[in-house]
Amino acid sequence: MAVLVIAEHDGEQLAAATRSAVAAAQLLGSEVDLLVAGHRVETLAAAAACIAGLRGVLSCDAPQLEHALAECHAPLVASLAGEYSHVFTAATTTGKNLLPRVAALLDRAQVSDLMAVVDAQTFVRPVYAGNALETVRVEETPVVASVRPTAFGAVGDDDPVAIRVVQLPDAPPAGSRFLKLEASPGERPELTTAGVVVSGGRGVGSAENFALIDQLADALGAAVGASRAAVDAGYVPNDYQVGQTGKVVAPSLYVAVGISGAIQHLAGMKDSKVIVAINKDPDAPIFQVADYGLVGDLFQIVPQLIAALEK
Amino acid sequence: MKVLVAVKRVVDYSVRVRVRADGSGVETANVKMSMNPFDEIAVEEAVRWRESGQAEELTVLSAGPDACQETLRTALAMGADRGIHLRVPDPGGALEPLALAKLLAQQVAREPVDIVLLGKQAIDDDANQTGQMLAGLLGWPQGTFCSAIRFVGEGLEVVREVDGGLEHLALELPAVLTTDLRLNEPRYVKLPNIMKAKKKPIEVREAAELGVDIAPRVQIIQVAEPARRTAGVVLNDATELVARLREEAKVI
Repeated sequence: MAVLVIAEHDGEQLAAATRSAVAAAQLLGSEVDLLVAGHRVETLAAAAACIAGLRGVLSCDAPQLEHALAECHAPLVASLAGEYSHVFTAATTTGKNLLPRVAALLDRAQVSDLMAVVDAQTFVRPVYAGNALETVRVEETPVVASVRPTAFGAVGDDDPVAIRVVQLPDAPPAGSRFLKLEASPGERPELTTAGVVVSGGRGVGSAENFALIDQLADALGAAVGASRAAVDAGYVPNDYQVGQTGKVVAPSLYVAVGISGAIQHLAGMKDSKVIVAINKDPDAPIFQVADYGLVGDLFQIVPQLIAALEK
Repeated sequence: MKVLVAVKRVVDYSVRVRVRADGSGVETANVKMSMNPFDEIAVEEAVRWRESGQAEELTVLSAGPDACQETLRTALAMGADRGIHLRVPDPGGALEPLALAKLLAQQVAREPVDIVLLGKQAIDDDANQTGQMLAGLLGWPQGTFCSAIRFVGEGLEVVREVDGGLEHLALELPAVLTTDLRLNEPRYVKLPNIMKAKKKPIEVREAAELGVDIAPRVQIIQVAEPARRTAGVVLNDATELVARLREEAKVI
């Protein structure tokens, strides 16, 4: 039996996380189909068909699928799942919202946030904010699992595969209606897939001072993140939050500025390849996980760092 | 309007968890336990509805060993009206999200409510599944990861914390909602309220006798410590840092 991966998109572009979900699915040793569901998804399905290593793309087009409402998408996925050994999607907020509803419709358990594939039935996932790793085995078919995107590489493009159009099954009314998305402004790389991330914490002191973090990010071509303390203090919007309850990132370089390193925050970034910490407190826990540390006033160090990078 | 809030007893968020040497799980004996922080936010939100008159009855439910009643008492002290304890003998392992969702669906069938409110995830298993599964089983709309909930007309408008920003949805009732961190700040429970809560009723039912399949579906083979990072070096200045990042780490 093949594996079904549910693609995520914003109506215009496929989410980068979908390529990581495909990468995880390809480790199972079976063929992989990708489902693109939405409204007017012809272009998206064509782009999805170019993702390397797929058997095929399933495309479902209906007005009620325009937004990622789990009430509308879950019956579709459940109607297709019978032909598959596994149903995977990325553990983004969209995937986390949708997949458990699918699992319930199928009367199946779900494995959340899969980090490693041991074999087709056995997986590793984090619990307690990543302070413990659980190896779990699922004997049911299909196996329903969400994939932590940062734990798997992204699949590239290849020659296109065939696209099969599938029909939306009859389903009861959703009971929910999309009103609007208040998108966070910004033209920087997406936080969860960026190669370099610069994050600011409570030490940054104010929303105005956060401009300094932005400047450092620009000098590094980085995405901008924040600790929960900085988000709670209102320096930046909620979707900047890196941590157990925010976003999990694993870039090749993570720069933590004015972040003390609460367990909550470490859970979201400790799998980064290289960690740099800039903090005035030499005893801050962030230095316990940092490869390189600078102890001192961030308002002096960060401008020096920007200058040194531009040399 | 009737509201049901589900609460879970978990290892306190401030405890640094330790994996048992035999790999069978995380040490929970003699460890401080508390209400899951997201569930505390759910109770707080529902208590505010109760105080403002939008909700006329607030029931809290917890499934697990006898000690769950402590968690229910906390919720009652915060302002819930009554508790339901679905008893799962200890040690019997934790209930999986699907099992809890089925128990909650059965409870809702027994005593209908307009809103079931839950934390978005428990900080022990980090599953983030129960609310969505319950909504699927009931066929109700779902508002997950809410940072704002407003009563509008016959329904709700919710603001959800999503990867791209904030999503606004309109939901019909009945509905299942799950809470994110910024929905509210839970109150501190005052001593007189703790005393009062002792008199509030808690109904105890045996989970195994409710005719719901709660057997585990997922086998936990092993629990291990993640690889530890070791502390690196403290450098002198920004110039040295840039040199190291370029030449040693080769990440820029």
